[in-house]
Parts: sequence; C-alpha cells; structure tokens
Amino acid sequence: MNSLERTEASSSSRFQIDFKALGPFLALVALFVLGAAINDAFLSGGNLANIFTRAAFIGIIAVGATFVITAGGIDLSVGSMAAFISGAMIVVMNTLVATLGAGIETVLIGVLLSVVLGVAAGAVNGLVSTKGKIEAFIVTLGTMGIYRSLVTYMADGGTLSLDFEMRGVYRPVYYGDVLGIPVPVIVFFAVAVAGYVLLNMTPFGRKCFAIGSNEQVARYSAIHVDRVKTLTYVIQGLCVSLATIIYVPRLGSASSSTGVLWELEAIAAVIIGGTMLKGGYGRIWGTVVGAIMLTTIGNILNLTDAISNYLNGAVQGLIIIVAVFLQRGDWRRKKSK
Amino acid sequence: MTDAAVHAVNADLRAQTRLSGRQICKSFGSAQVLFDVSIDLKAGEVHALLGENGAGKSTLVKILSGYHQPTSGALLLDDAPVEFHDSEVAESHGVILIHQELNLAEQLTVEENIFLGREIKRGWFLDKTTMRLEAKKLLDQLQCDVDPRTRIRDLSVSDRQMVEIAKALSKKAEILILDEPTAVLTGREVDILFDQIKRLRDQGVAILYISHKLDEIKAIADRVTVLRDGRHITTEPVAGLEKDDMARLMVGRDIKQMFPDRAPGHAGDIALSVRNLSVDGQVRDASFDLRRGEVLGFAGIVGAGRTALMEAIIGLRERSAGTIERNGAPVTIKDLQDAKNCGIAYLTKDRKGSGLLLNMDMRPNLTLLALEKFGRVIIDRKAEEAALEAAIEAFDIRAADRKSKVGDFSGGNQQKLLLAKVMETDPEIVIIDEPTRGIDIGTKSQIYHFIGDLTNRGKSVILLSSEMPEMLGLSDRIAVMAAGRITGILEGNDRNEHEIMRHATGISGKQGVSVHE
Repeated sequence: MNSLERTEASSSSRFQIDFKALGPFLALVALFVLGAAINDAFLSGGNLANIFTRAAFIGIIAVGATFVITAGGIDLSVGSMAAFISGAMIVVMNTLVATLGAGIETVLIGVLLSVVLGVAAGAVNGLVSTKGKIEAFIVTLGTMGIYRSLVTYMADGGTLSLDFEMRGVYRPVYYGDVLGIPVPVIVFFAVAVAGYVLLNMTPFGRKCFAIGSNEQVARYSAIHVDRVKTLTYVIQGLCVSLATIIYVPRLGSASSSTGVLWELEAIAAVIIGGTMLKGGYGRIWGTVVGAIMLTTIGNILNLTDAISNYLNGAVQGLIIIVAVFLQRGDWRRKKSK
Repeated sequence: MTDAAVHAVNADLRAQTRLSGRQICKSFGSAQVLFDVSIDLKAGEVHALLGENGAGKSTLVKILSGYHQPTSGALLLDDAPVEFHDSEVAESHGVILIHQELNLAEQLTVEENIFLGREIKRGWFLDKTTMRLEAKKLLDQLQCDVDPRTRIRDLSVSDRQMVEIAKALSKKAEILILDEPTAVLTGREVDILFDQIKRLRDQGVAILYISHKLDEIKAIADRVTVLRDGRHITTEPVAGLEKDDMARLMVGRDIKQMFPDRAPGHAGDIALSVRNLSVDGQVRDASFDLRRGEVLGFAGIVGAGRTALMEAIIGLRERSAGTIERNGAPVTIKDLQDAKNCGIAYLTKDRKGSGLLLNMDMRPNLTLLALEKFGRVIIDRKAEEAALEAAIEAFDIRAADRKSKVGDFSGGNQQKLLLAKVMETDPEIVIIDEPTRGIDIGTKSQIYHFIGDLTNRGKSVILLSSEMPEMLGLSDRIAVMAAGRITGILEGNDRNEHEIMRHATGISGKQGVSVHE
C-alpha cells in the first residue's frame, strides 16, 4: 500500500543493523580503554589471559544459548546442568581411580560421561518442551530444580572433591596452554567458530532463524520444527558439557552452589551480543563479545577502588539494560511515531 | 478539471461536507507518496477510495485519521481547519479508521476488546455486566452471533472483522474509514457488512470505503475517488461509471485480458487421485481426481472444509481415513516433506502468518522450502542469489531494495514472492489457497497468467478461492464443498455462479453432514 513509506523506513533500519552489529564490539573496546586507563596491569598478558580464560565458561555455554534463543526458546537449566555434570564426573572418576588408576583413561571416561549427560539433559529439555507442548521456560525451570537437587543429593548436601591424584592428571585441561594460549580459550574459540558456521552457513542454522521468526511459517515450509528445536537444546547441552569438562579441573570440586546464576549470565551474554530474546535473529560473535564484556567488567572492578567489587552485579545489570536499549534502534525515532 | 468535477457533484448532493483533505502532500524522507490530493467526505454518503497497491490510499486515510501528519495541505472538519496530532484526537472528533490488519488483543475477550481503553466503570471497578450487554447489543446489530465472552484468538477472521466494526460503532463513529474490510469476509458476511454500512450512512455517518473489489464499489459507494501513483485522478459519482472504467482509471491503461486463455480439452492423465479422505469433524469422505494441465477449483463458503481437505492432503493435518495416489500409484504423505517429495506444493492463504518470514529479506524466504537444493551441509549463497535473481525476473517482484524486509512489501509483491518460494521446489501439483486476497487488479491479472503458464507446462493446479470471477475465470472444473463434503464437481456449462451457490448451500448435490468446526 504505502511501499514508498516503508522503503524509506527500512533504509534507515539498515543503518541501525550496522550500528547493532558494531555496537557490542565498540562497547568492548571502550571497556578495554577504560580498563587500561584505570590500571596499567589491565593490559598485561597475564590479566588478559585471565579474562579470556574466565570468559570461556560462560562464553561456551552462551554459544549454545544463542542457538536456543535464536530458535525462539530459552534454557534456564544450564547452571544446574553444569553442576550436575561436574558432580557426576567427579563421582565416576573417583570410583574409577580404584580400578583404572589415576590416568588419562579415567579422564577420558569422565569426559565421555560429561558429553553423554550433556546431550541427554539437553534432549530431555527439548523433547519435553516440544513433544509435551510445554513452554521451554517452564520445562527448563523444572529441570533447573531437578539437576540442582541431583548434585546436592550426590554430594549429600556437602562438596564433592576430585581425587587428589586425578587433579594432577586433569589439571592441564584448564591450566595448560598451546603456544601460550590457554586451553580454555582455544576451546572457546573453536566452539565459537563451529557455532558461527552452524548458525550462519548451514540449513540447520537457517531453520533456527525461521522457527524463531515464525514457527507457523517454518512448519508450512516443510521444516521439522520439533526436531530442530530439540537439536538446539542438545547443542546447548553439549556446550554445557564442554564448559564443565574445562571447569572441573579448575576447582576440582562440585557442590550445590556450583554454576549458580550461570544461566542468567549466559542469557545476558547472548542478549548483549545482539541476539533477539524473542527469537528469529542470532549472532554468535556478538555472544562471544558479550561473554568477554561481562568478565571484563568484573575484572576492571577488581582492579579499581572507585566502585566496590560487590557492585559487580549492579554494573553488569546496568550494562545489559543499556545494551538492549541501544540495540532497539527506534529510540531515535520515537518522537515521529 | 478534477475540482470542477467535485463541484459538480457537490451541487448534486445536498449532503454536508464533514471532513475534507485539501491539497494534501506527504513525503517520507525523500520519497513523496501523495501529491496535492483533495477529498471530501460527506454526511450520509459512502465514498469509495480506489487505487492499486502503492497508489497512496493507506497513506491518505492514515492522514485523515491522525496516524500520519501531512507534509503540506490541510484538513477541514465541518469547514473549520483541524489538526489531528494522533489517532486519539481524530477519534475524539468521531473519525475512526478500521485498519486492514485488524488491531485486536488476541488474548482478551470480545467485550474487553470492544471497550479497550474506554472501559465502563462503576466507581473504581469495571462494570462488566453493562459492558457485556452493550457488546451483545452491538454484535446483535451486526447480526453476529459471537458470545462477548469469547477470546479473540478463538474467533475466525471474519468474526474478528465484525468485532472491529462493533468497536467502531461503540465509539460513536461520525466519519468511518474502512480499509479493505471485506478482504477476509464471505459473501453472506459482506452482505451483512453492507447492510450495516447503509444503515450508518442513513444515520448520517460519512463513510470512506477502500477496496480493490470493483463489484463492491458499484454496490455500496455513492462516489469514488481514484488515486494513482499518489495523485488524484478523479472523483465521480459511481452511478456513471462501469467497472471497466474504474479499472482503467485505477491502472492507467486497459487490462486487455484479465484471465489467461483456456484451451479446451488440454487436460492429460490423472496426476492426483484422492479417495474417501476424511478429517475428524471437518472433512467427510472426499474423493476427486486432478488431471495434468488442469485447474480444479474448490468453491464453498468459509468453514466448508476446503482448507482442511488441502492441509490433510499435504500432511499438515491428520487424516482419519482416505488414500492418495500420484500418477496411479499410492503414496504415503505424513508431513509436508513427504508432500514435497511427491511433487505437491501448497500456497497458504495466510501469507503473513504462515507464508513468509516478515522480519527477513527475500533471499531466506525464497529458499526456505527448498533449502536442501541449496546445499545439504553448507548453504550456497551464490546459488541462492542466482535463484533470487531468477525469481525476481520470472515473477516480476518489484522491490526497491533487495535487503528490505518482506514485511514492508506490498501484498502483491509478497504474494509473488510466496509463489516463487513454492515454485522453488519444482512441484507438479500446486494447491493455491486464495491467490489474490488483498491484491490490486494489475497484480491479480499477473498472478492469473502465472497460473495459466503452470498448466500450459503440464502442471496441475488446485485453486481455492472465495472470489467468484477468479474461480470461474481460471478453473476447468469446479468442485464445490459444503459442510465437509464435496457436493458436486461442475464441468462445462455447469460452471456458473448459480450452480456453485446451489451446491455450496447444499440445495443440490450430495447432502452435507453437520460437522463441528
């Protein structure tokens, strides 16, 4: 009807997409400039390695969350899932030390178990929400409680600790490096690249976008909506499993407080990165930047006395809200509406 | 010249001008969409606004009703200058626009929607009883037997339209603007709507009626204003205009041939054979054959089960009984993927809700249904771009910018893109549900010729349409459904409006069964 009017409107939204694409990167650069100004130690190799290594946990989980959210879903259970998987890994590896000894084989079995549990837990989330036709928010709220209490039960309310000898064998997975780059950062990068390819270049990724945009259209386009959605949760589970494999050697323990609020940090990283919470549009690189930003904020607060480190959560919260506000894009045109 | 025409008409009619637009111009950025358009809406008159997609009709009515501000020009209400800063100001003056896309809160009930933002209160609390009674009264006036307590999401599109009209009535509309109100209505509902429009007109309401349907304009309007490319072409009494005249004024040229030529007896072997197909509560025992190179029309009133039957054939709906054969061999179709593999494609009537991803550009939309053709592991973007290039050419999709979202396209371009999307699967059988809903006459004719080309290439088409001219103009045979049954398949000289109506209402043919929709 008024195609001219709309063409005009969309040409300005193209400008906003560019702005949206660059926004998180610019914000990260600004944070780094701020960090460097506050403390010389910020840009030291050791500190940067620390930031990226810590960002790897949330980042890997958030890459999975990008798939779930792009396809219009949500997974609140990832933090509990991580705690449950680490608990199960520790219990099984400690048991195996008696028979197999504290060697690579035991670690490999632990890793395999983690992958199996991650995929299974993701499949449960996906199948219950699609086949049971229950909203993902509710299903994963439920499994969040289930996985959390399973780890509490396994630890008998206390803490599960990895066998001391095992820690030595497993230690390089977190503390090791290749050519000076910490192993978790390498894994993070690899997951991000794989995620990018899968989301942006394959039919599967295209289907995620389609389902998140409009499930009905996807269904009328011969897409197996339930299958694709379930797969996004499986990918999420796999990412949680990878993050957990790296996490276990770091602390060498699991308790009921492991991974608390990780789900919100992962979702925050995804949203800061420009993925739409209602689905239909997702960006892996944005998510990576979002995860690094969240870690950097905490790091900067540690390096300065200006703001108490206890306000870390407040600053992160503020950044999330501002990021989404800036990305919405129509704030400049509000008057004319 | 046009001013003279307007004055001549003014002299004829004693009616008093309520709302006028004077030399209205409107630009969005650098693009001007309205050029010096003037229009007068008079009390007790139905004024039709006619124009192709993109002619500026919607922009004009949005200016008249306060949704847009004119770049230059003035609005006069009862001959006094007036400014509508937003739609609320316009509504407070009794100027109400009913949008083409209905604006109802799906989760709220009918009565809640009718009084949304203007709830009747007793003290601090909502007076639900009064609102329900009022809502009931309004709906009764419209002969719409919807319970005011029903949620909007449970209503059919046509009932939703009636709710919108009831809502406008409750706002005491003095100047009522209807933007393509009949796009989703059936014949009977259109009659009811027209009765209501006439009743309002006789009460002195000024009505502006936008439609592509020339029949309707002949039936309901007193005067018609034609817009083309944002310019006022003419304003004339409808009585002196034939439909062909209106079409010519609107398009700016003669449409030589609305429908493609149909060579008789060109149909080939049986391509699709459906036997005893049933869908619980919606379709009963439907059997028909579709031949290569033919257009088989499916007529019937809304709710007769046509869409349910088609969705059952392509695996989007569960069948309770029935078999399907392709080229004489039985096939199993459990989902749309199976249907696709059998060479059957379906064009939904709901292009915005089920057809296209409105927030995306053309490329992903075009290739979504045939994605595996563009790479099983990695999508070949170059192949996608080439396919888009070819589709734009083949279907004459006119998009100013390839990167703009398809939600910003006109209905005609959306429909062409949807057709292109479905044709990417290279189907042998194309089921088209309401191919030209809300589309201007020029694009309609183009789509009819696309359908003609398909059959000339030996493909078969099943056409579902509520527009009689297109049903009669395109179909070789017409199957008529009533209450879930195929009541007859009309051929040759039986393909006429009279026979279709007899079968659709169950006067002729197999007796329909009562079904629950």
